[in-house]
Amino acid sequence: MIPARVLAVLLLGVVVAPLVAVAWRGTGLALGPADWAAVRFTLLQAAVSAALATALAVPVARAIARRGFPGRGFLITLLGAPFLLPAVVAVLGLLAVFGRSGIVNQMLNALGLPPVSIFGLQGVVLVHVFLNLPLAIRMILHGWLAVPAARLRLAQSLGFGPNEIARHLERPMLRAVLPGVALVIGVLCLTSFAAALMLGGGPAATTIELAIYQAIRFDFDLARAAALSLVQVLITGVAALVVLTVARPSGLGLGLGQGVRLTGPGGWRLAVDISAIALAVLFLAVPMLAVILAGLPGLDALPAQVFAAAGRSVGVALASALLATGIALGLALAAAKGRNLLVEVAATLPLACSGLVLGTGLFLLVQPWVTPMMVALPVTVLVNTALTVPLLFRILQPEARALAADYGRLADSFGMTGWARLRWLVLPRLARPLGFGAGIAAALAMGDLGVITLFAGDRQATLPLVIQQLAGAYRLDVALAASVLLVALSFALYWACEAGGRRVAA
Amino acid sequence: MHGFLHPRPIRRNMESIMTRLLAAGLALIAVPALAETPVLTVLTYDSFTSEWGPGPGVETAFEAVCACDLRFVGGGDGAALLARVQLEGAGSDTDVVLGLDTSLTAAATATGLFAPHGITGPTTLPVAFADPLFLPFDWGWFAFVHDRIKLPVPPTSFAALAASDLKIVIQDPRSSTPGLGLLLWVKAAYGAGAGGIWEGLADNIVTVTPGWSEAYGLFLAGEADMVLSYTTSPAYHLLAESDDTKAAALFDEGHYVQIEVAGKLASTDQSVLADQFLAFLLSDVVQSSIPQTNWMYPVTLPAGGLPEGFDQYRPEKSLHLAPDAAAAVRDQALAEWQAALTR
Repeated sequence: MIPARVLAVLLLGVVVAPLVAVAWRGTGLALGPADWAAVRFTLLQAAVSAALATALAVPVARAIARRGFPGRGFLITLLGAPFLLPAVVAVLGLLAVFGRSGIVNQMLNALGLPPVSIFGLQGVVLVHVFLNLPLAIRMILHGWLAVPAARLRLAQSLGFGPNEIARHLERPMLRAVLPGVALVIGVLCLTSFAAALMLGGGPAATTIELAIYQAIRFDFDLARAAALSLVQVLITGVAALVVLTVARPSGLGLGLGQGVRLTGPGGWRLAVDISAIALAVLFLAVPMLAVILAGLPGLDALPAQVFAAAGRSVGVALASALLATGIALGLALAAAKGRNLLVEVAATLPLACSGLVLGTGLFLLVQPWVTPMMVALPVTVLVNTALTVPLLFRILQPEARALAADYGRLADSFGMTGWARLRWLVLPRLARPLGFGAGIAAALAMGDLGVITLFAGDRQATLPLVIQQLAGAYRLDVALAASVLLVALSFALYWACEAGGRRVAA
Repeated sequence: MHGFLHPRPIRRNMESIMTRLLAAGLALIAVPALAETPVLTVLTYDSFTSEWGPGPGVETAFEAVCACDLRFVGGGDGAALLARVQLEGAGSDTDVVLGLDTSLTAAATATGLFAPHGITGPTTLPVAFADPLFLPFDWGWFAFVHDRIKLPVPPTSFAALAASDLKIVIQDPRSSTPGLGLLLWVKAAYGAGAGGIWEGLADNIVTVTPGWSEAYGLFLAGEADMVLSYTTSPAYHLLAESDDTKAAALFDEGHYVQIEVAGKLASTDQSVLADQFLAFLLSDVVQSSIPQTNWMYPVTLPAGGLPEGFDQYRPEKSLHLAPDAAAAVRDQALAEWQAALTR
């Protein structure tokens, strides 16, 4: 197997080389006052979005973790869906609920109350919470489910009430899991572009990513683009270091099996759990339903190019998912053995990279050798792989750590290494997060509209690109229907990977 | 993985690699099967190449007369095209760039990458425009579009719009050509007073979107009373959807003209074919397809005249800044816009 160190260096290379290539073509790295305003706004919205999404996810994840109810498995799967929505589709869905003629304002109007506006910082935070809350819930839920059964049995035999369980089991677990969750979501919000711009309400809501877009597209100022991208990377680096110091291992490790579920206390806590789940479902499902219902009528009018593009997108998604899962697994296993700065950095930085700078850099690197069009789809796979590895790494990391703590010494003493260890120990034990991670990676690659816009040639467009073409030619209804197809395919890929993982784990 | 699912693009690429290798190494051996048809690569904006855009029709019609393979490459919107050409530099495989507008041509000229087209002749353009490097192929007036049932009496000027409490959606001038067009429109109409107009408009602007389609989508979804688009947008709804409720508000200040142009790259290895294509753009078959595929005005009047709805909203006064003037005021206009809307 390829050593994790090599994987980490390769991954860093894919991310750093394009940045250097862009900076190389420019002259001097200087930022103006407008750029610093963009940096400030980006930090503010990312911090607020990440804090809110993480905080709201805790009660929902706890409710799902300790309650059994019909449709629980389906709900957990469904929770992945909003995260997979292309930003523009998510915005349209939220507008149907919170927009000027949306459900909320109609209700306020009926009650004689003044309308609320979704546009501004509140809108940017809203769309980021909508997109990322499900991911936070899932990641925290994994933490809850990873609490060793032995500890739960011990807690039960000691007669722990909800308060004792919270203090001795849940808080240490949250302390280990939450910083990583907030980091991932904060960094995802850091590089957000279309959603932040559409709901931001004006140039005051300029993000770093938009400033990069402007630098490349309107001023062709590659130096400024590189400098802005560097700022993004530095912010992420600092945030990652803070998380590394804040997050403490839960100390709950060492204990085989996870078959026992927490028992949910009754009384007012039951009411709190029920309303947490109900509110989360309402918040996440209504906007999605609105988009799907709006897109359904156009489905039968979809032109042939949409289906060809959908085929290409599925190919890109599967290839990226396979590569990203393999790399993330290698990194997570290495990191589980002990603190490994190289691996930690390699597994975080790509998340901070601007897709536009990455694409531009790769374009500059590739062009002297081959026609960029010839490598459009491979480059799309490569970039999506690099961008999704950090996410998968965070998903795998807690359970990889638990695995190393629980079985590492045992396997070592048997001399179990290489493929045998992977086949008989790692894959079965990590099947659940691997399936979930692969599903997320596939779906994200499916919806990606980054480098393909720079590289795509004749008959190479992916589905998100075709959707953009349709919307640009007035066919917004068809674009919406194609978006529904995109969401359906993304969800199908995600569901297949997830269910596969669970089947292997069971 | 891709080869398995989609053998065609890979195979075509392989063919072209093989062709080059064979041509270089085995030049002495006659290989009649490799006598390829020449390829003309045209870089254009995404919506041009879409199923309902002008692209497919132009491709079929041109290939019928050129004995060549015409390939459209979609490269984002107008501004993205110029960035793409600059990225590719002199090593570009692109032969023709189609879809820049005149707010970008000064920068495009400065790159030194374009070659003269040598075509002259009368056009339907409402303003004087001629450029040795860039050939106009269609044009339109920017306008605020609204629903005439919900808004029967639209404002008749920027000043009236600013004084109203109507909500509008516009595009960001830093990422979209209509957004930049609006900036130049206000500048052309008000000059030094442009900043004041933007301050007045600030409370009317619901949000600023990255591109035209997001803004138009927000308007159709009912998030705003008016959206920055074109005087020809109502014709789309009329002809394609039989919906006559959309209207364009005519402003007393006059309307800014967006002129879309095509240019030949100096580095092209298909110079004759590129010239033939540029001339073909002005042919009746292309020009008559423009109104109902690109929803813009053709630069030469089609034999069959303009379709219904294209004479509905004709501004009395046209505004336009020559490319050099547009480039000169751009940064200042952007700063005014940003200052007024950030407050």
